[in-house]
Amino acid sequence: MDAYLAPGLDEALGFLEEWPGATPLAGGTDLMVDVNAGRVRPDRVLSLRRVPELQDWEDGRIGAGVTWRRLQDAGHSALAQAARTIGSPQIRNAGTIGGNVGTASPAGDGLAFLAAADALIELASANDGRRVPWDEFFVGVKETTRRPDELITALVVPDDIPGRQAFGKVGIRSAMVISIVVCCVLRDNDGATRVALGSVAPTPMRARDAERMISEERRPSAAALDEFARLVAEEVRPITDHRSTAGYRRHAAGVLARRLLERVL
Amino acid sequence: MIVSVTVNGEQRSASVFGSESLLVVLRDELRLAGSKNACEEGECGSCSVLLDGRLVCSCLVMAADTDGSTVTTVEGVAGADGSIHRVQQALLEAGATQCGFCTPGFVMAIVDLLEGEPHPGTADIGEALAGNICRCTGYGSIVRAVRRLADSSER
Amino acid sequence: MTAPTTTVQRPPTGVAGGVGTTTGRPDAIPKLSGSFAYPSDLWAEGMLWGATVRSPFARARIGRIDVAPALAVPGVAAALTQEDVPGRKTFGLEHSDQPVLVDREVRFFGEPVALVVGRDEETARRGAAAVVVEFERLEPLTDPEEADRRDEVFRRLRIRRGDPGLHGEVVVEGYYEVGIQDQAPLGPEAGLAVPDGNGGVDLHATSQAVHVDHAQIVASLGLAPDQVRVHPAGMGGAFGAREDLNLHIHLCLLALRTGKPVKMAYRRAESFAGHVHRHPARMWYRHEADRTGRLVRVEARILLDGGAYASSTTAVVANASYFAVGPYRCDAVVVDGVGVRTNNPPCGAMRGFGAVQSCFGYESQMDRLAAALGMDPLELRRRNALGRGDVLATTGQEIDGPLPTIEVIDSVASLPLPDARLDDDPRLLPGGVGLTTPLSAVKRGVGYAVGMKNLAFSEGFDDFAEARVALTPRGATVETAAVEVGQGLVAVLAQIARSALGLSEVTVRTVDTSRLGSAGSTSASRQTQMSGGAVLEAATRLRQRLLDDWEADQLDDVGLWRGEQLIAGLDEVCARGDSVEEVRFRHPPTSLPDDDGQGRVHADFVVAAHRAVVDVDPELGLVRVVSIDTAQDVGLALNPGLVRGQIEGGIMQGLGLALMEELVVDDGVIRNANFTDYLLPTIADAPPVEMVLVEQPGSWGPFGAKGVGEPPTISSTAAIVAAIRDAVGRPLTRVPVRPADIVGL
Repeated sequence: MDAYLAPGLDEALGFLEEWPGATPLAGGTDLMVDVNAGRVRPDRVLSLRRVPELQDWEDGRIGAGVTWRRLQDAGHSALAQAARTIGSPQIRNAGTIGGNVGTASPAGDGLAFLAAADALIELASANDGRRVPWDEFFVGVKETTRRPDELITALVVPDDIPGRQAFGKVGIRSAMVISIVVCCVLRDNDGATRVALGSVAPTPMRARDAERMISEERRPSAAALDEFARLVAEEVRPITDHRSTAGYRRHAAGVLARRLLERVL
Repeated sequence: MIVSVTVNGEQRSASVFGSESLLVVLRDELRLAGSKNACEEGECGSCSVLLDGRLVCSCLVMAADTDGSTVTTVEGVAGADGSIHRVQQALLEAGATQCGFCTPGFVMAIVDLLEGEPHPGTADIGEALAGNICRCTGYGSIVRAVRRLADSSER
Repeated sequence: MTAPTTTVQRPPTGVAGGVGTTTGRPDAIPKLSGSFAYPSDLWAEGMLWGATVRSPFARARIGRIDVAPALAVPGVAAALTQEDVPGRKTFGLEHSDQPVLVDREVRFFGEPVALVVGRDEETARRGAAAVVVEFERLEPLTDPEEADRRDEVFRRLRIRRGDPGLHGEVVVEGYYEVGIQDQAPLGPEAGLAVPDGNGGVDLHATSQAVHVDHAQIVASLGLAPDQVRVHPAGMGGAFGAREDLNLHIHLCLLALRTGKPVKMAYRRAESFAGHVHRHPARMWYRHEADRTGRLVRVEARILLDGGAYASSTTAVVANASYFAVGPYRCDAVVVDGVGVRTNNPPCGAMRGFGAVQSCFGYESQMDRLAAALGMDPLELRRRNALGRGDVLATTGQEIDGPLPTIEVIDSVASLPLPDARLDDDPRLLPGGVGLTTPLSAVKRGVGYAVGMKNLAFSEGFDDFAEARVALTPRGATVETAAVEVGQGLVAVLAQIARSALGLSEVTVRTVDTSRLGSAGSTSASRQTQMSGGAVLEAATRLRQRLLDDWEADQLDDVGLWRGEQLIAGLDEVCARGDSVEEVRFRHPPTSLPDDDGQGRVHADFVVAAHRAVVDVDPELGLVRVVSIDTAQDVGLALNPGLVRGQIEGGIMQGLGLALMEELVVDDGVIRNANFTDYLLPTIADAPPVEMVLVEQPGSWGPFGAKGVGEPPTISSTAAIVAAIRDAVGRPLTRVPVRPADIVGL
């Protein structure tokens, strides 16, 4: 195996140009699980830990190499809360937001916030750069539209996202657990509401019907909240696996979304 | 490839063959077996070390990626005179080690916790140490040890 | 060597570090410093690494096995199949039915098929991956009911006691299930085998009973017993997972084949496939009582899935069946216990050993019965509580030692309840740091359960432990082949020796199988009573002999005294020789049951009660355990600190079974063989535990001590489920309780 410990972004992109398909390594919290289990044997690794540009975090542009530990202090309360629920201190010290996006697990806890925020994924190659809307980036279970010669360089959170924010995660344990459902709710003072969910579909998703319905309600009645929960539960596309059942995920998605909404009313 | 790492204050170099973890290199190459190999997927914390001052699971750190880094393992927390660290002392007094396989990881995580938060409350202790699984003690003695440390350090 | 029948004595006073005190343990500092060696830490000059080729299917016929591609991997030294097993091709604790390496038919997921040894771990694993095995998949038998119908059975135990015509006015029936729990010791299976150059081998490996391992290893290697030495090694937990062999014979085969030291260490996924689990259970119960709440009749059918091989299933069936009624009197009992053979993962010993499963059944029933009677659940239990002089409802055996069932119930009930005010910190509510649950969504519940179990081995098993105590110029040494698994036996044996000898400097040394006879297994909560009994007897005899020989009346750290006169210092006594005593200790004899399951099948009993307080989010089905309090029959607490550790740790395993721990098995294949998805409770899930140690000295344990390891795990699960039922009002008949069960989906 070859490992290149890139000192800067240009060098990293140059390496990828030469070796498209090299395995990017950020915090290692996903990749090394597969390596240790023998599921993955990378031939060529591009380490990003030392790339200073990826550590940049200015306003809404969050460098891909920013760790969850740092994001626990994010100004967006939903992002900070999401960061706190990810793994353990050990994981948050190593794992990065760019890694979470790159892995694109349906259970990626940070992704629901990015979906709710209509974040853009910033990609760069040696020759060009682009910003891709999150819903054009995540296309399947651990599948994205990143090209092999591209790196995720940053996540861009628009300035104008709603300030009332809530994030919640359902898991069996009190901490350190893979989510069964995650949900992020953002709401403007005028009622415009966004609801994003994770672990209930192949990719992070928005519950658009529920959003449309509840955005109309300035002061939602109990009946409206019920209807909102029902629509969320209807829109999610969960599966049954060894962690939970589709039925429970569907139910919990509705309950959690409603509770988070109540928190931001 | 050869990686050069400062481990417990000592400059060490190790041969890395592939994508193996820092944990493997610590245990098999450098023969520092205090960091434990319980799950090798970042779930149990038995392999916790400080990498450039941050608490991480050494099983999730690719050894090839550590060139030039500084690592502190459980073997490196004792005083220069060989006296045990106050975290170890507190765990000792609380009877917080049974089989002991998780103990080195807990030592590292508690050292790190108290560095950042000298007076953690119950929920803080839970949140900070949730990445360290103990199968023997039921955690009661570990919580008591951390509480005592929190109470004894100056506010 | 003789067989003492009683060792109860009053502890001599005045010696430092004796029984009744919380002494430190000699292995604590090495463990805290990271220098304590577990089998996975062992290393020998020039050692090779072994790896195991495993079946990816739960059932398959094996055609050709081609090891040539493995041998072609640079650095691979050898590859072995079942043809290379020189002696007995099978092993097993009670029945030798498990192949060392699969011959023709794979019977469970992950079963070992071949072995590869190479210069390092990576080479061995590459070699193992290169072995070509032709598997012809066969339909696995995974339904235990179907196995029962086909009579694929390890054991049926039929218990009939009392008047078959007896019936009660109030009847409750229930069906209950227990999922597969894993011991999940943190230290994975590992070992190092070192050839001795004379055709023999030394093995250092994970174990709970080195002599039991030894007998099986020798048989499969085809060697004389004295050619193999099994050494107690540092143990990263056990909880039953290390009673059966896994890599032991493999390691010895590879070391003998290559002539070099060979090491193996399972990764976590391999560990899940490589050791036995707690039996999953299906239980049908019918309880009948009169209007006053007196139990009149209990009927139970208990079906345990033993998986592919026997392991200790026959004994687990015994425990589940004999304790099917729990610590209660009942005049008419009908129990049919069965352990079946399937292609599911093999099950065997885990802390609580059958008593856990039936406790969930009978305690759920007792709560149902209390509800049907309109009676307080604790009052119902008190009215039926089993005690000294009563007979065990199933076997009819008289309880001739103390059994403080009423006392543990009253003691736990008298502990103050936690603050009714729910916590301000949302992280301490159900859902934890996921922040799912507002205060307004939380309901609190309280539940009780009482559990009972036997101590040491039963049903006529020749259960003994040997120990050797020797005087030294500084004090004494204790030698034992008992395995310290983390519980603190090394501390307790020293305490017993100190108190018995009156000497404060005592060192415990664990020795290999060639140096001393068996201490038996570190299981069944037995070592404090068994190896402790042996140490007490040896130390008592040694002290008495020295006093007699020297016509002295006192022994202490200085030497032997007659009144105020020092007769001889310890060094002088040692110099005269013969200052060693070796004892084989046996507990009171037990017997096999008769055809109706009746007889004196148990050596001793223990009881404990738990009270759980839970906060539940009924809408999301999430639970936070607020507290678990307990009162436990301990006989006499030899080391209160270690007892506390056993109780807190055992309760947490009970909490795990109640709420999260389950191997998900699909078509015989384990789907969650990792710590990401086999969830163990974290420190954030750990409730505070208040405890009362009920001390009524037992009839044969040292100083009246009883084993303490298992009771915390037996009724804590049932208490938590009772508390959840109290909060949400659903029947909850299966553990682990899943969120969907609480929600009612």
